[in-house]
Amino acid sequence: MTASYSNLAMVTSAVLYLLSLVGYSAQLALARGPEPAATGSREEIAGRVGLAFAMVGAAVHVLAVVLRGVAAQRAPWGNMYEFVTSSLAAVAVVFLVLVLGVGWRWLGLPVTLLLSVGQGLAVTVFYVDVSPLMPALHSVWFVIHIAAAALSGAAFNVGGIAAGLYLLKARAEQRDGAGAALPGWAARLPSAAALDRINYRFHAFAFPLWTFTIAAGAIWAEFAWGRFWGWDPKETWSLVTWIIYAAYLHARATAGWKGRRAAVMALVGLAAFWFNFIGVNLLFSGLHSYSGI
Amino acid sequence: MARSPREPKGDGSLSVHEPEGNRPLSVPGATDSSGDAEPAGRARMNPAAGLRQGTVRWLWASLTSMRTALALLLLLGLAAIPGSVLPQRPTSPFGVADYLTANPTWGPWLDRLGFFDVFGSAWFAAIYLLLFVSLVGCIIPRIGVYARALRARPVPVPARLTRFTHLTGTVSRAPDEVLDAAAAHLGRARVRREADGISAERGHAREAGNLVFHLSLVVLLLGLAAGSLWSFRGTAIVVEGQAFSNTLTQFDEFSHGAAFTAAQLTPFTLALEQFDVQFETGPTQRGAARLFRAEVSLTVDGVTRQEPLEVNAPLFVGGTSVHLLGHGYAPVVTVRDGNGDVAFAGPVVFLPQDSNFTSNGVIKAPDGRPERLAFEGVFLPTATVDATDGIVSIFPDAWNPQLLLNAWAGPPKQETGTPENVYVLDPTGLTQLTRPDGDPLRAGLQPGTTFTLPDGRGSVSFDGLRRWTKLQVSGNPGGWVVLGSVLVAIAGLTVSLLGRPRRLFVAVAQAPRGTSVTVAGLDRVEGRPGLPEAVAALATACGLDAGVAEVDPAVTGSGVNESDPPVPERSEEKA
Repeated sequence: MTASYSNLAMVTSAVLYLLSLVGYSAQLALARGPEPAATGSREEIAGRVGLAFAMVGAAVHVLAVVLRGVAAQRAPWGNMYEFVTSSLAAVAVVFLVLVLGVGWRWLGLPVTLLLSVGQGLAVTVFYVDVSPLMPALHSVWFVIHIAAAALSGAAFNVGGIAAGLYLLKARAEQRDGAGAALPGWAARLPSAAALDRINYRFHAFAFPLWTFTIAAGAIWAEFAWGRFWGWDPKETWSLVTWIIYAAYLHARATAGWKGRRAAVMALVGLAAFWFNFIGVNLLFSGLHSYSGI
Repeated sequence: MARSPREPKGDGSLSVHEPEGNRPLSVPGATDSSGDAEPAGRARMNPAAGLRQGTVRWLWASLTSMRTALALLLLLGLAAIPGSVLPQRPTSPFGVADYLTANPTWGPWLDRLGFFDVFGSAWFAAIYLLLFVSLVGCIIPRIGVYARALRARPVPVPARLTRFTHLTGTVSRAPDEVLDAAAAHLGRARVRREADGISAERGHAREAGNLVFHLSLVVLLLGLAAGSLWSFRGTAIVVEGQAFSNTLTQFDEFSHGAAFTAAQLTPFTLALEQFDVQFETGPTQRGAARLFRAEVSLTVDGVTRQEPLEVNAPLFVGGTSVHLLGHGYAPVVTVRDGNGDVAFAGPVVFLPQDSNFTSNGVIKAPDGRPERLAFEGVFLPTATVDATDGIVSIFPDAWNPQLLLNAWAGPPKQETGTPENVYVLDPTGLTQLTRPDGDPLRAGLQPGTTFTLPDGRGSVSFDGLRRWTKLQVSGNPGGWVVLGSVLVAIAGLTVSLLGRPRRLFVAVAQAPRGTSVTVAGLDRVEGRPGLPEAVAALATACGLDAGVAEVDPAVTGSGVNESDPPVPERSEEKA
């Protein structure tokens, strides 16, 4: 019963995120000129509609995740469906904190895009019914390892969005420097320098947490499988992801690599993260293939 | 590289390597920073040196440069990928064999190049060893630089503080009182007081964290190396009611490092009293395991105690850990020979072949007379007749156990002492028993039933069922080093990425009505929050009304404050 309410809420949140995405897209389409939108203008109203849908969507989403945990009587991240929905709930909450608390409205479009695609995939492709865990997952590390993975994943995603926007904005600013006026969408974004700082801060938070995720996974593996590292595909790709992000942080300090190339590397790291998360589960069989999908 | 003034500057976040092409600029207005050391890790070409020495220096400088470290990092990530795509010998030898059969042309080439044992290959080791040499080559000089920086006096107060994030105003206190208040606020460490100002260094922990992180990685590598020398790992199958002693002869498989000695095996005996398994019976994930729990009695130094052994709860005996890795069925059978004597009795381990525990095994009765007997067969825990596949198991638990056997007989064999694989039947000297119509004889047994072989050759009884567990006994003396270094590395990394190294300045000058005060701050690495707040706090301490502190542009998303003067080039070593 609780499980079906959770399912209903999860689908509802996906639809609400989609409506929010429509609002934010309209806001972008209506953006004109370098000046911020006036209160009451169509652009500003579209943005507020997007935010309203995102807020309701996030509330329903968090409720769905909590109900899932209640139905399963455990932390709601025992398989891919649950992990996606839990991590995205973390993204949604962080997003609302940033929009309402810090005023980063420019995150709206990319984050709701991520949320609607992710939630859409989760409820259609990844969905599995509530079920108990296999014995290997009965561990306190199940909570620690996966919660850390979900949190660092959320931060990597927001950092990746900032890196992507940095690339767009830096190019627009370069054209601006060449004499052309900034297009409306670019004027709505923070400066390239600010986006670069934001992308650094999220990665600076996510990277130690990701290191901890891998370490916690290794400790758990030592308990469950009797070895802390066995080059299981998931372990290998976690390390590959870690290495790419380490390279990103080093690139920021290397002449010829800082700025644009470093941002590209952050996006490559995010791609590796997603591949590790989805591709490895679907393509390779390994010790982490426990979730049905 | 062309750099626009708005492009992020400054030295990065995680590096031990000195940023390249980032020639240190002095703080504007300041005389050359007296206390700061030479950039480290950079060998300079000496024209007087011989060619060879120059080449070696050049090679060393190249190896320890940031670009090389970056390239090696990316290469390492790239090199790990085939290890996840291709089957690897250490984890799936059968996968490798299948791959070689399926790809006869380039499979062997991949094999020769080490692609089926990527993580043990010479080229993978070459990459990470070079990376660590590069790291060490950078970090050793950096430690010296850091030690000197800790002792060095802060830089003099620059002449034009308004170029930095700053607050300025006039207070009624005397200059000395202002400086006293600022000094009280800044504390004693790394503060330089001059007649007309104060200069302070903050956030040295950041570089310490950076160094600790990279050093921990070196310790981690040493821990892994120690592990590969002294670690051992063995597996043994133990049937319910049987026991295992921790000696080399009792292992089914055993692997160990080069420096391992048998003395590392802690003496103990472990008897498997009972093994409980539960499987999912509901519609979702039907057949998935839900519980594994072994009750064992462990005897160490003559003291026996009962212990549960579960998947996430290994047993620790001294430096040795015992893990529960797998399980299966061992049908208990009795084989009687043609003379009516018991030729074999006991549990026989059958190895599971699929998730429903369809299991294969061999029963050997070499002592049977006048003929020895052997059986080869399949055990099905929940047997059902399927229209297409014949008899199959449809559930992993033992709901309807059946043992299907083919029988073999032959004259007694000379005892040779040659070890035999207990899971494989060697039909040499044996004849498969057949039915009158010529088809192989097939015995189908439920627990408690007996099948009598034709022509008075004897019988086989399926008396009952036991479970077996696969136990892993392992030890890794380097494990604690690895764990400790990883934890220290994470702590160092966090300090390194979140630490806020910065300089704070106060300049005072006599003004017509009181003292003119300028408080300024300069971040020494990028992307750190809190500089305006730190400047404002210092200004408040100096008696300025600091309610108008500039806001960090990144926090509001409003972009760089255009009135903000460009921040000068920052560098780790000099500024």
